[in-house]
Amino acid sequence: MSLLTCHHVTKRFGGLVAVNDFSFDVPEHSITSVIGPNGAGKSTLFNCITGFYTPEEGKVIFRGEEIQGLRPDIIANKGISRTYQNIRLFSSLTTLENIMIGMHGRLKTGIISAILRPPRTRKEERWALEESLRILELVGLRGKGDVVATNLSYGDQRRLEVGRALASDPKLLFLDEPTAGMNPRESDNLTNFIRELRDNIGITVVLIEHDMRVVMGISEYITVLDYGAKIAEGTPREIQNNPQVIEAYLGTSGVEGAQAALAGQEA
Amino acid sequence: MTLTERLRRLDVTTVIMWIIGGLLLFFIVLGSIQSILKGTYTPAQWFDFFVFGISQGSIYALIALGYTMVYGILKMINFAHGEVFMMGALTTYFLADEMNRRGVFDDKGALGPTLLSTLFGLIVLFAVAIFISMTVAVLLERVAYRPLRGAPRLVPLITAIGASFFLQYTARGLYGSNNRSYPNVDLLKGTVTFGQFSIQVVQIVVAVTAIAMMIGLYLFVQRTKTGKAILAVAEDKQAAALMGIDVDRTIVITFALGGAMAGVAAILYAIMFRQAHFFMGFIPGIKAFTAAVLGGIGNIPGAMLGGLFLGIFESLGPTLFLDGLGINSPNQLKDVIAFTMLVLILIFRPTGIIGERLSEKKA
Amino acid sequence: MRQRAQGKSPLRRAIDVGLIGSIPALLLALVGMVDAFSNRYLLEESVSTGQVMLAVVALIVGYLAARRISLPAQTVATKIGYGAVAGLMVGLVLALLLFIGEVVGINLRKVLVNASPALYEILAFNQAPAVGMLLLALMGTLLGALGGALFVMPARLRSAIITGITVIILLALLRDIVKLVFQQYEPTTALYRFLFTPNGGLTKIGLLLAFLLPAAADYVWSAGRPTLDRRYHALPDGTQKSVRWVGLAVAFILLLLFPTIFGRFPSEAMNNVILLGIMMGLGLNIVVGFAGMLDLGYVGFFAIGAYTMALLTSPQVGGGMNFWTALPFSLLASMIAGIILGIPVLKMRGDYLAIVTLGFGEIIRVLVLSDALRPWFYGAPGITGVPAPNVGGMLLNNPETLYYLLIAVMGLTLFISLRLRDSRLGRAWMAVREDEDVAEAMGINLVVTKLMAFATGATMAGLGGAIFAAKLGSIVPQTFNLLISVNALAVIIIGGMGSVPGVVVGALLLIGLPEVLREFAEYRLWVYGALLVAMMLFKPEGFWPDEGHRRELTEHDPEETPQAPGPADPPLPPGTVRDRAAVARADIRATHTEDEAGLDE
Repeated sequence: MSLLTCHHVTKRFGGLVAVNDFSFDVPEHSITSVIGPNGAGKSTLFNCITGFYTPEEGKVIFRGEEIQGLRPDIIANKGISRTYQNIRLFSSLTTLENIMIGMHGRLKTGIISAILRPPRTRKEERWALEESLRILELVGLRGKGDVVATNLSYGDQRRLEVGRALASDPKLLFLDEPTAGMNPRESDNLTNFIRELRDNIGITVVLIEHDMRVVMGISEYITVLDYGAKIAEGTPREIQNNPQVIEAYLGTSGVEGAQAALAGQEA
Repeated sequence: MTLTERLRRLDVTTVIMWIIGGLLLFFIVLGSIQSILKGTYTPAQWFDFFVFGISQGSIYALIALGYTMVYGILKMINFAHGEVFMMGALTTYFLADEMNRRGVFDDKGALGPTLLSTLFGLIVLFAVAIFISMTVAVLLERVAYRPLRGAPRLVPLITAIGASFFLQYTARGLYGSNNRSYPNVDLLKGTVTFGQFSIQVVQIVVAVTAIAMMIGLYLFVQRTKTGKAILAVAEDKQAAALMGIDVDRTIVITFALGGAMAGVAAILYAIMFRQAHFFMGFIPGIKAFTAAVLGGIGNIPGAMLGGLFLGIFESLGPTLFLDGLGINSPNQLKDVIAFTMLVLILIFRPTGIIGERLSEKKA
Repeated sequence: MRQRAQGKSPLRRAIDVGLIGSIPALLLALVGMVDAFSNRYLLEESVSTGQVMLAVVALIVGYLAARRISLPAQTVATKIGYGAVAGLMVGLVLALLLFIGEVVGINLRKVLVNASPALYEILAFNQAPAVGMLLLALMGTLLGALGGALFVMPARLRSAIITGITVIILLALLRDIVKLVFQQYEPTTALYRFLFTPNGGLTKIGLLLAFLLPAAADYVWSAGRPTLDRRYHALPDGTQKSVRWVGLAVAFILLLLFPTIFGRFPSEAMNNVILLGIMMGLGLNIVVGFAGMLDLGYVGFFAIGAYTMALLTSPQVGGGMNFWTALPFSLLASMIAGIILGIPVLKMRGDYLAIVTLGFGEIIRVLVLSDALRPWFYGAPGITGVPAPNVGGMLLNNPETLYYLLIAVMGLTLFISLRLRDSRLGRAWMAVREDEDVAEAMGINLVVTKLMAFATGATMAGLGGAIFAAKLGSIVPQTFNLLISVNALAVIIIGGMGSVPGVVVGALLLIGLPEVLREFAEYRLWVYGALLVAMMLFKPEGFWPDEGHRRELTEHDPEETPQAPGPADPPLPPGTVRDRAAVARADIRATHTEDEAGLDE
């Protein structure tokens, strides 16, 4: 059964069609990648699904429920979480605070109990702290909980973003270029980490990625976007040999280069 | 989206906003109808209000240009712009007073025929006020805003508020807290009458000068190289810099132009209302900002139209809506009208009455 | 400035620094502040605090000149020389003013109302103009050199000297209140007589002592502090905690004894500090500091709280309730106003919000003043006969008793602020402040969250307003002007946005000092304005930024927590942990472009 379905989604900005009649299915517990050249509309698609844009046409169905046009916070609380292409942490807050903010939807405390702090609230805060520490451990940031986010190294910031997204206990995790700016060893670590997440927690992952080595190594399904439209989808192997995809990646490096790029090798 | 779907997703807050807005609109319309039906005012009086509104509005528009241009280029509200206007008016007062004492503005003058000497006097006043306001605006940019470019939004905003108070009370400290009354210019005293309608000369002069200045500014921005640089920087700072435009210099020019307009507005205000004091920038500042928002902030012709519209609305408002509703001394509530207008606009059309949509998502 | 300065000789640059630095000196003189403070003497009846102000400017200019221009390799004399040159320029500019006004005899007063003979006299040290000009140049040079010397000397010595200077200036400024407090008791009266001359400032020996003792104390303290800190941290956790508790208890007892020790006038001043500074500051801090929304119409809610109280309690207007029954209505009214104003403005961008709330504050005042609403709000004369708060049959109608009510209410607001800060809601506010879009993507409902901040802030302002009305016994609309909002804003900016202890410090400085310095009243907004700009430019994180809380390492069982980072992670350099102030600074300095990234490709 698919966890998320996009049904003929279209998003326009004035005359520009950023996402054009896009449909795809994300099977539960899968790792799906969305690839495509720069400006193909990948991030816009993410924004349509997570509620930052309302698509002009089409439906977004998450766990059998139409969610297009809902507010981002409502969608987030339904179990969709995301990271950003260029890291967007709450930069003057600590690592731990960032994660605890990610847990917002899982906590109940309102303004009155925040002030009076009855046992129930104390227990909840305690639990939130334990849970955040667990997530810190999970993303490998244990011991850095009290560091202000901007003081973290680049790699740690990436991890923290993933941790913050995981804190809401999502069913579906969108990762927007998670390995951008990482060296091969770091991105291998992250790839393994994503796979473990899926295997251990049973989370479904959709990623936008440019690094073909990562994409081909991790994805079960790949969807290719070009000029806002889907031009191909399938398993990594199918995509690597799809002539249309090769065409889309041709622009710069020729057939062999494109094939090599798609195979995840240095062209 | 279908209508039912839209209704389903309607926010409670949106509903409340529309209710507030709707109620205000209802009272405005109700009040207007009643006032017109009562017929307390003659058409000549309505005409008076209208003309007053235009000249007052053209002053707002001139100040609004400063807000809008700076906003366009820096995406920040120069809170202290009202003080730029005030500084121009208050500083120039002393010169105006001296000139008046030497008879520049009446027929006892030593400078020959009245028309010539008055014209000369006014031009000098304009020049001085422009110079002062420009200097204040440019200093403001240099000292208070430039070091904070790129800082989180709240920071330049607080700086601007601080600068606003600092300028206000510097003026008070330097020039004193009394209300200075500008000289009454002889030539501007009369009225022009046709039929039952009459217009004060000073109002014509104010409106014509202001509108000429605005057209001049518009042409300057559209036609000259410097003006185009301003537009380019407003569009995209980095791209403009890559094209070889000196961004810092362009920003200074923008502040200077805004200051110059405020300087002109200062003298127009002074000859129309004949007073100046250290606090005079506050209310016109808020109103000019309202005008800028009305026209769509960042939009130069919008600010002009917004200013005129607000001026007329505010001038007609007390008698048109409030009087009709049976409210005592409605003129005390003039400022409330402008403010209500601001809130209404921000509720219903945050991009302004003629503004194009600035961006897809909240900027 | 800096780029242009590159090619200039150091001397030219020192002159430039001096000329720029002379602008504040000139302004201080011409807005009348120097004259206003001419009756408070520093030393006997000769040096006035007005002159001291100018001296401090010269001192700072000298220090800055030395810091900006001198190179490490240069000799001490050269560095001090730069300071002297810059200071000389300040003196010369003031001398020029004296020259124009007194020697040439141009009547500047026609335009600049404060360029009075009195000012010239102060500038000339009561000497003939020519002598005065010479003295000005001399003093400028000396002070500039002293500023340069301050730069050159070791940090510890510098800190000691600055402390000493601060203390004598404060003593001179606050002579009246020192007198009032000291004359309550025999021994302190004697001390006062020893330190101060009957009509002027400090005695010579008093000045020397007041400078030397604090300076020495500072010197010793800065030497001993690291050891003390180390010893404190070496104590077991339990003992550290009890040390803290004892400290708090002592502070609390002192707080309770305040009216008894200091008497009526200081209590009254303290009441205003608590009411207008701390309580209003804490409320606004929730809106501005926590949630990042600049609310300039804060006075509106204060007014609503005050008017509700007055209307419900004053027999003059047919009220008749007592303070405590009316209080909930005050709170409710301001809260509802907060929500009603909040709804339309919350979707606006930050700067729109600022100006709309600014308008709102004004509108409330205009409405209350208007004839149209006179039947309900009694127009310009306001409402009198508001009864004082009563506690168990006792009317709290003097500053000493009211003080205790205010302390209690302040405690409550402090408690609420701290609790909210460390809650889910507080974290949501900070998330919204940092990045609205991301906060929303984390499942935070922006409207509700912001509305909560707005309503909480408004309610606190309403509380302040209600007490304010009961405290004064009458209210007039003109009281509720922008000043109250700006007070609160300045308080939180000085303390550090979002910092609860910062509010307390800010309030003591910004509300406390003017309370006891009546001459200051006129220049309050002038100084606040300058302060807001200066803080944003040089110290945006405030003087007491929020230190935050080390939750991972303190609240969690330390046994389980691996103290050392994993092998793959290089250990963090010391100082990286939790230095929010540094982050705030970096944030401001960094010129990040405003990217909407993540939303488009």
